[in-house]
Amino acid sequence: MNSSVIVFPGSNCDRDIATALTKLQFKNNMVWHKENELPKSDLIVIPGGFSYGDYLRSGAIAAKSNILKEVIKASKSGCLVLGICNGFQILIETGLLQGALLRNKNLKFISKDIHLKIINNSNKFCKNYKKNGIISLNIAHNEGNYFTQKDHLKELEDNELIPFKYCSENGLINESSNPNGSLENIAGILNDKKNILGMMPHPERMIDNLISNEDGIELFTSILS
Amino acid sequence: MKFAVIITLKKDVLDPQGKVIEQTLEGMGVNNLKNLRQGKYIEIELNELDEKKAYSAVEDMCKKLLVNLIIEEYKIKKI
Repeated sequence: MNSSVIVFPGSNCDRDIATALTKLQFKNNMVWHKENELPKSDLIVIPGGFSYGDYLRSGAIAAKSNILKEVIKASKSGCLVLGICNGFQILIETGLLQGALLRNKNLKFISKDIHLKIINNSNKFCKNYKKNGIISLNIAHNEGNYFTQKDHLKELEDNELIPFKYCSENGLINESSNPNGSLENIAGILNDKKNILGMMPHPERMIDNLISNEDGIELFTSILS
Repeated sequence: MKFAVIITLKKDVLDPQGKVIEQTLEGMGVNNLKNLRQGKYIEIELNELDEKKAYSAVEDMCKKLLVNLIIEEYKIKKI
């Protein structure tokens, strides 16, 4: 399977995701944001980091870059798109995903391992995870507080477009297991066609027991299978 | 022609930075605070003499890049 990782000035998780993709047998290309053409891709990843130093709003400048026009085109024809952390913020700014990512409720940059419950696995990114299973991934962000309007939230819930919610170690979804103030503890969302996933936690950091755990692997094997 | 754009979070969106500034001012003894919102201020100078055209160009910039209309609102003032 062919993957492309988009690189912006200020991206800093691009190599981590490239390492994860290569380890899991994707044929990966790195694509600089000024390019006007995408290599043949089954999966496009917009990585984490601080594209353009988070100027104006996180992701706002990157969303207007040359290559994003191509990403939008590819996504409309069904290509899988995964935005992680700053990548999620960029997807929101392009309008490919709806809602907004506000500053964390406690105003702190949060970098820690958290727990997630798999709420919906009926999509190409999560089918290898068990529904209601609990995994541990890492978060590292300042603006991850997801917000959306009531009617869109209902749409997300009714159409199984929320794959992950923040939870406690034993699976409780409540305010104390919500690290950043996200509406309904939402950690990631899909578009209505389920080919675009945006998520704040970093699956690419959890692919090796030697340095963390392997809870991120199923996301990539789901895409491959 | 020069314009100022003032961007703030919409009323029903939580503004944690504004809240902290408010609490700090109250802690400093300001006791008549009603409400405080924090925002952004952008100055834009245009090569355009027609005020109507210039205004609508700035408005277009707001809608396309400067403002996230889901969570923010803006005011444009000629300065």
